[in-house]
Amino acid sequence: MGVYTGPVQNLIDELGRLPGVGPKSAQRIAFYLLKVDEVDASRLADAITEVKAKVGFCDRCFNISQGDNCEICLDDRRDPSVICVVEEPRDVVAVERTQEFSGRYHVLQGAIDHLQGVGPDQLRIKELIARIGAENITEVIICTNPNIEGEATALYLSRVLDAPGLTVTRIASGLPVGGDLEYADELTLGRALEGRRRIGSGE
Amino acid sequence: MSLYRDQGIVLRTYKLGEADRIVVFVTKGHGKVRAVAKGVRKTKSKFGARLEPTSHVAVQLYEGRELDIVTQAETLDHFKAIRGDLERIGAAAAMLEAVDHLSQEGEINPQLYRMLLGALRTLAGHNAPLVTPSFFLKLLALEGFGMIVDECMACGATTGLEAVDVDAGGTLCREHRQGVAVSAEGLGLLRQILGGQLGAALNEPESPATHEVQALATNALEHHLERRLRSVTLLDRG
Repeated sequence: MGVYTGPVQNLIDELGRLPGVGPKSAQRIAFYLLKVDEVDASRLADAITEVKAKVGFCDRCFNISQGDNCEICLDDRRDPSVICVVEEPRDVVAVERTQEFSGRYHVLQGAIDHLQGVGPDQLRIKELIARIGAENITEVIICTNPNIEGEATALYLSRVLDAPGLTVTRIASGLPVGGDLEYADELTLGRALEGRRRIGSGE
Repeated sequence: MSLYRDQGIVLRTYKLGEADRIVVFVTKGHGKVRAVAKGVRKTKSKFGARLEPTSHVAVQLYEGRELDIVTQAETLDHFKAIRGDLERIGAAAAMLEAVDHLSQEGEINPQLYRMLLGALRTLAGHNAPLVTPSFFLKLLALEGFGMIVDECMACGATTGLEAVDVDAGGTLCREHRQGVAVSAEGLGLLRQILGGQLGAALNEPESPATHEVQALATNALEHHLERRLRSVTLLDRG
């Protein structure tokens, strides 16, 4: 249905393939790009080329990285005995922002999803199991999303990660800081109660 | 364009945009409904865990042109026992997938809703091997494709039934046999499920016969749907 001349239509089609960009938005962005300075447009083009050329996945933890290993895996100051298992590279950033975790990561690149037909074989689970023995890991923290896919993944991992001297933990579920108790759903509030802890002198 | 309330079970969810999800419900009074739950992926969402697959919820929806919008959701049952057990998550997923494929939007089918709710409650009660297969067989019966297990589909003989053919829609005698062979125990279970003794069949412990029924039920449903059930293949592999 190309109404515009070749290159413009091409650009609109390519932009339209981006997530969340419909045909109208694609058209708007394309015309914006036609109008901006050559330098600005090339900068965008270069950024895309560069990211595709230089960034891949870390051989060890499958986080995004520039080179064979990611910065976190290369950092000697991090605790080598603890692995935090997450679904996506985005989740690494989320955990890093807490500044509460000093170990290394393992990115599964997805979660077990029965309804989409995603099984354990499509995830980086074999690689995780291989790391446990090779790196003398003592604790694996399963940090998958607290939805049904993430829970299924956590249950599966707890079953397959069975090695002497290895502790497998799951992050706690509870109420978001700044939220109202009355809006909490039963499952979350129930789990928050289950995972309650002593405050005051006992700690 | 108005608000309406209903009770439903979440069949599946799709991510939408930054933090939204499209939630597919099978409801009591409005059939299958697809609705947008805004901001549900944010940690501070008012919906929280209520709109996850398998959740049984009372919802208030705003009728939209294409998709409705979830304005309120209240949990009726979140089937905690299912969510804490990998096998049961798989079994529930297979049932949800089957209902998702079989039901059409705008087709009101309260019986289907009640059956799914009953099956999920049974599954939450105990992990019986025949919950999902029984559900599949009953689902086919509800759709008018019930399996005939009392006589030969070719000659009407009531004895010597040895095979089940999903294409023919039931059992076949020794003379007309085609499809897959069925053992006497397997046939007994099929008759219990379809003949009103579901309770007895559900108490059956896992055995070669239950596996047989499981495979048959999945086959029959997939034959009718003309597609593979993703969750079932995953279950067998896992």
